[in-house]
Amino acid sequence: MLPELGHFAVALALAVAILQTVLPSLGLAFKRPALLALAGPAARWQFALLVLAFLTLGYGFLVHDFSLIYVANNSNTALPWFYRLSAIWGAHEGSLLLWIVILAGWGYAVSRRVHELPADIGAIVLAVIGFVGVTFLLFMLFTSNPFARAWPAPIDGGDLNPLLQDVGLIVHPPLLYMGYVGFVVPFGFAVAALIKGRLTAAWARWARPWTLAAWTFLTVGIALGSFWAYYELGWGGWWFWDPVENASFMPWLLGTALIHSLAASEKRGVFKNWTVLLAITTFALSLLGTFLVRSGVLTSVHAFATDPARGVFVLGILGTIVGGSLGLYAWRGPRTLAGGSYSTISRETFLLANSLLLCVATMTVLLGTLYPLVLDALGMGKISVGPPYFNRVFVWVMAPLIVLLGLGQSARWKEDSLHRLLIRAALFGGGALVLAAACAVSLAPDSRWRAGAGLLAAFWILGSVLAGIVQRLPSRSIWQTLRGLPLGFYGQALAHAGFAVTLIGVTLTSTQTIDLHTRAALGATLSLGPYEVTFDSIRDLEGSNYRATEGQFTITRDGELVRIVHPQKRFYQVRGVAMTEAGIVPGITRDLYISLGEPLGDGAWSVRMHIKAFVRWLWFGALMMALGGFLAVRDRRVGQPQLAGLEQTNALGRTS
Amino acid sequence: MTPRHRRMATITVLVVGMGLATALILRAFNENLMYFYSPSEIAAGKAPSARDFRIGGMVVVGSVERNPESLEMSFTLTDYAHQTRVSYAGILPDLFREGQGIVAHGRLTPEGSFIAHEVLAKHDENYMPPEVAASLKPQSLPTTAANAP
Repeated sequence: MLPELGHFAVALALAVAILQTVLPSLGLAFKRPALLALAGPAARWQFALLVLAFLTLGYGFLVHDFSLIYVANNSNTALPWFYRLSAIWGAHEGSLLLWIVILAGWGYAVSRRVHELPADIGAIVLAVIGFVGVTFLLFMLFTSNPFARAWPAPIDGGDLNPLLQDVGLIVHPPLLYMGYVGFVVPFGFAVAALIKGRLTAAWARWARPWTLAAWTFLTVGIALGSFWAYYELGWGGWWFWDPVENASFMPWLLGTALIHSLAASEKRGVFKNWTVLLAITTFALSLLGTFLVRSGVLTSVHAFATDPARGVFVLGILGTIVGGSLGLYAWRGPRTLAGGSYSTISRETFLLANSLLLCVATMTVLLGTLYPLVLDALGMGKISVGPPYFNRVFVWVMAPLIVLLGLGQSARWKEDSLHRLLIRAALFGGGALVLAAACAVSLAPDSRWRAGAGLLAAFWILGSVLAGIVQRLPSRSIWQTLRGLPLGFYGQALAHAGFAVTLIGVTLTSTQTIDLHTRAALGATLSLGPYEVTFDSIRDLEGSNYRATEGQFTITRDGELVRIVHPQKRFYQVRGVAMTEAGIVPGITRDLYISLGEPLGDGAWSVRMHIKAFVRWLWFGALMMALGGFLAVRDRRVGQPQLAGLEQTNALGRTS
Repeated sequence: MTPRHRRMATITVLVVGMGLATALILRAFNENLMYFYSPSEIAAGKAPSARDFRIGGMVVVGSVERNPESLEMSFTLTDYAHQTRVSYAGILPDLFREGQGIVAHGRLTPEGSFIAHEVLAKHDENYMPPEVAASLKPQSLPTTAANAP
């Protein structure tokens, strides 16, 4: 009964979403404020109905309702309750439901703040979110219904993919979806600006906190995904340039360009067209990501769907939304234009150059991700593009970006003197050079140049962040000045420092990591850098829904015990899948990482041992970036309602 | 500089920059493309000898040989028409098993065997890499090419 209620709630949500799209559009066309005002309640009802549907599916998992095909395929009586709940989004149908719930959640959040916006703009944003909701609800109801039943119900379920039986899965997908679905809000604002044919600084001020919030979630989601891959896949990699990772990374890159471009549009009224275009393309890439993951064109752990009808459907949605909005842009864009002048040497120029570089970076990822798919679809051969392509191209794009980032941070808006800028850059650049050289020689004697270059880039950014803070300090009370600086400023400083920290992590991990793949006999002691690792014992044990072989390794350094670790090889019976659980000793400057390969006979095992230098820094840096984004959202100046109110008085009925 | 000159200069810089970036990117792209070949294509001499490529097929049951002293091992891959011997030194993925479809990255030796520097198998017992499934299809064998649930 309950699942039918869930199914019914989804169908009803579709009806409400249609109203959420149609009524405000009619209101806009016929200038009826009453119809515009219906968008908010519709968004709230849609969200409530979808939450209800989501809860009924969750209940199905909790009570083992195996008559639901989706539950039967992805759960099992032996599965612990928290994995049963996270299994809701463990496969295609359920994660699509999560996607839609989150979309409606953003709609709900906008509806709560809609009174701060001019009525017509708020209504358009909600109508756009409603329209996206309609397409995805249709997709779910027609191709991927999580409430489908099978009778008779199986006695037990097929279990959740063991790879996904991890705390990481409980939080990774929701955060990631919060991020890339969240870009629907700036997308809605972009459509509103195009329809209204007018783009004000106030517009940028409204769109900014939403964009920052989505970006913050996406940053955390990507970082968590990377961390999850690191400890769960058992071989110590943290980024694979896997198409699905790329699918989330592309909107992140463009989203980063978007938040910077929005800042310039708000503060100086420049790049308005560019900002609108970025808002559209960022969401387009989010949809593309959904298409890549949900359509089954990819082969990876993430790609659940294999039904071609689904792929065609999502491609249709992608074409409609992206084509429609880009068409609107081509038609209305030039009129929305105009505004702001700035000199060649100014913060605006640096921001523009860097947002272009971020677009180039996105294009390279897009090329490497889509080209093999396109070639395959055309029957022109099977190719793959390896990580070396992405790594090399990324270094080229990031190098100028980082140089400009440092300069741009210290440049003034509107106009600055090249002379002043170069003197400042020479100051912190010189400091960064000395520091990087010292660190490279002491930390990375074998790969001085590569490590030195990466560290120089990181210190260059840190230096410019510091210089930015010092620049604001007057001679009197330092403390008072620091307290008086807006949160947004700290957010920006923290995010840029976080980028530098990630850069340090990436540089040192990729140059200083020690990898040892070896045969370890029982009782043997192997040396791993400065550590000695002894393979003490191996035993079998029984988990809740798996059997495991657990090794014990004692790690010592200069005769002193560092840690005893117990890496496991797990075998999940229901699906017949083997999994590797690594033994990890975390640390600030290095992780020790030991995982079991396979038995080689006579009690010997093949074993993977790594010293991962500074690996935690890359996730820590990402968290700093996210925290920076969070601070900027909290900044009272961002999205300030009082200022928005001024616009409100003359907003309605000014459709051009 | 008049605004017009400035605009021209900006556009020139943009065009040159974009052109340069595109050229560099395409070059890196081209150098790192990895093509996929089946044992039959290798037997027909279609696979390159000077660059890395990917090979895929089923691991022949009973073909795995190990060096007891190290991680060196070798096995035979088949697409049921031709076979290629693959040697590898390293840790195999969890799902590497005889009779299972795998994909390996590596290079062909002049003698016609394949030296892999990476071996991939998927976390699913029914899974067959799509390239393998496609290269097996012409022989119309009963294969399950589905990447189930």
